[in-house]
Amino acid sequence: MKNKDKELLRVEDLRVHFELKGSMTGSLLGKKKKTLKAVDGVSFSLYAGEILALVGESGSGKTTIGKAILHLLDQTKGSIIFQGQEIGTSPQELKAFRRNAQMIFQDPYQSLNPRHYIMDIVAEPLDVNGLVKSTGERTRLVKEALEQAGLSPGEDYFYRYPYQLSGGQRQRVVVASALILDPLFIVADEPVSMLDASIRTGILRLMLKLREDKGLAYLFITHDISLAWLISDRIAILYLGKIMEIGSGDEIVKNGLHPYTKALMAIMPKPGQSRFDERPVLEGETPNAAIDIKGCKFSSRCPIVHQRCREEEPILREISPGHLLACHFV
Amino acid sequence: MKLLEVNHLHTYFKTGRGVLKAVNDVSFSLGQGEALGIVGESGCGKTTAALSICHLLPKEGFIHGGEILLEGRDLVALSQEEIRKHRWKDVSMIFQGAMNAFNPVLTIGKQISEVIVLHEKVSEKEALERTKELLDWVEIPRERHSQYPHEFSGGMKQRAMIAMALACSPKIIIGDEPTTALDVMVQAQILNLLEKLRKATNMGMILITHDLSILGETCDKIGVMYAGKMVEIGSVDNIFKESAHPYTKRLIGCFPDIDGDKVVPKGIDGFPPDLYDPPSGCPFHPRCDYVIDICREEMPSSIEIQGDHKVACHRWEDVAHEK
Repeated sequence: MKNKDKELLRVEDLRVHFELKGSMTGSLLGKKKKTLKAVDGVSFSLYAGEILALVGESGSGKTTIGKAILHLLDQTKGSIIFQGQEIGTSPQELKAFRRNAQMIFQDPYQSLNPRHYIMDIVAEPLDVNGLVKSTGERTRLVKEALEQAGLSPGEDYFYRYPYQLSGGQRQRVVVASALILDPLFIVADEPVSMLDASIRTGILRLMLKLREDKGLAYLFITHDISLAWLISDRIAILYLGKIMEIGSGDEIVKNGLHPYTKALMAIMPKPGQSRFDERPVLEGETPNAAIDIKGCKFSSRCPIVHQRCREEEPILREISPGHLLACHFV
Repeated sequence: MKLLEVNHLHTYFKTGRGVLKAVNDVSFSLGQGEALGIVGESGCGKTTAALSICHLLPKEGFIHGGEILLEGRDLVALSQEEIRKHRWKDVSMIFQGAMNAFNPVLTIGKQISEVIVLHEKVSEKEALERTKELLDWVEIPRERHSQYPHEFSGGMKQRAMIAMALACSPKIIIGDEPTTALDVMVQAQILNLLEKLRKATNMGMILITHDLSILGETCDKIGVMYAGKMVEIGSVDNIFKESAHPYTKRLIGCFPDIDGDKVVPKGIDGFPPDLYDPPSGCPFHPRCDYVIDICREEMPSSIEIQGDHKVACHRWEDVAHEK
C-alpha cells in the first residue's frame, strides 16, 4: 500500500434531500411537499489505498452517498474534497474528477449494454473522454484492463457480448471498464451481492490485489457486516442517512458500542453454529425516511432510549482514537 | 414412515437446446417437525427439486423418474385434480419474490381467504375470520387484512405470504430463498417467525437458499446440491464439522467467519458446468482439488458414512480426514 496516511477524499456535511411528489389534491390545497432526507449530514475521510465500508440496511443512504460523491445526483449539498481540492460542478471539473473516481454497480446483468461488444463497453470511458488517438492504443488499453481484471488473455473477450459471459465474468468486465482510466478511487456498490459464493471471493481478491498493485482506494458499500470486516480497513455503520458509528473493522465488529451496531451483530448468522434462543431482533421496521424524526434517528427502535434521545440529536464524537460514535448514552 | 421421502428424483427440462437434467437422481427425506436446508449455487437444481414436490414445474419441465412419497403416497402419479387439492393443503411454498407474488388489485385478506375457500368447504365470512387469525399468527395487525399489497412493506408482504402458505395447515412448508431480498433485521424477524410456527404446528420445513450461513442456526439437516446432484447430506454438524465432500468444504470456506482468521477465502476456480453438456463422471471434477482418474469416468454413488450422513465422492475418506 502506498501513501496510507494521505487523505484522498474528504466528505463534509453531505446532504441529499429529495423532494417528494405530493398528490394533486395536496398541491391544490397548498400542502407542503414532503422531503426525503436520504443522506442527512454525513462527514468522513478516505485515505489513499484505504477500503472504507459503508454498511447499512435499505434506506440507510449508503448507495446515495456513493452516487453523491461522484456527483451523479443533483440534489447534493455539502463538500466533496478530492486531493485537497473541492470538486465543483462545472463540466470540466467533473470530467477531470471522474477520471480519478469510478463506480462499480451491483448488478452485472443490468449494468452492461447487452448490444455492445465487451471491447466497446470497456473502452467507453476512453471514448467519452477522447483519450485515445489510435485504434491500436485503444485495443492495447482494453486488453490491459481486461487482464488486470482477471480476464486473460484479454483478446478472447473483445468480440463477445455480455450474455455470453457468466455473472462473475461480467462483474470483471465492469471492473475492467472502471480501471481503464487508471483511477485512484472506486465506489463499489454491493459489487458481489448478486454473485454466487464461490465466485464472490474471486472478485474480492481482485479488489484487494488492485489495491496492492495500484494503491486504489475503495468505498465499499454493502449490507453484509461480515464481508465488510473481511476486506475493509474501516467500517461506517449507517442508519437513516446518518453515520451511527465508525471505526476500524475489528473495533466495530468486536467492540461496536452503538446500540444499532450491537443489534446488527447480535442477529448476524455464524456459519455452522446453532442458535438456541430467538434472535434478539429490533421490533418493527426502519421508519420511512420521509418522516421527520426529532432527536436521534434511531430513537424509535433503540432498546436503551431516553427522553433526551427524542429531543436532541447526538453528534458523532471520538471515544477512542479513530473510533467515533453518535449516541448520548454509551 | 417418514413424512416425506424423495427417492431418485429426476426432473428434466426439454428446451430448444436439448434436455437439461436439472435434478439428476436426488434422494432425501424429511420427518415431522424437522427442518431440512438445501443449499447450492445458481443452477444447482435446488428450486427445481422444490417445484417438483409442489407440482409447480414450468411447462418445459417434467419428472422423468423417481418417486416423491408423502406419508407413503406417491405424488408423482397424481392426476391434475388431485394435484390441485394437494397444493396448499399438503405442501405449500413461500417464494423469494413475495413482493411480486401478490395480485396488486386484491386486498391481502381477500387473497388469503381465497386459498381457504378453494380448498375447504367454508363460507367467505368464515374464511375471512380464519384469515384474521392467520394474520395474528404472523404478527400482522389483523385490521390490515383490508389493505392492498402496495400498502405493505417488503417484510410485511413476506409475512402475509407465510400466512397464506399456512392457510390450509399444510404438512410441509417449503421456503425458496424466503429471506433473500430482505434486510438483515427483517430476515432475522422472518426466521424467528418460521421457527416459532414450525415448533407450534410440528410441520416439516424445507428451506432452500444459497446462503449457507443461515442454515446452521435454522435447520436440523442440510443437503448440498451441485449440478443437479445431492453431493452431501447430513446433520448441521456433519456438514460443517465433518464434511466429506470437497465442494461442501470449499463452499463453507467461502463464507467469512468473524471469529476466524481475516483471510479472503480462495473461492472455487472455474464455473459450474453447463447442464446441457455436463462433464463426464462426477460433475464437480473439473473444479475439484482431489480429482483422480476415476472421477472423470464414473459418477460416484451416494455412500452412507454414518446414520443420515451421506456423501457422493470417490475420495470422501481422504476429504473427511483432511483438516
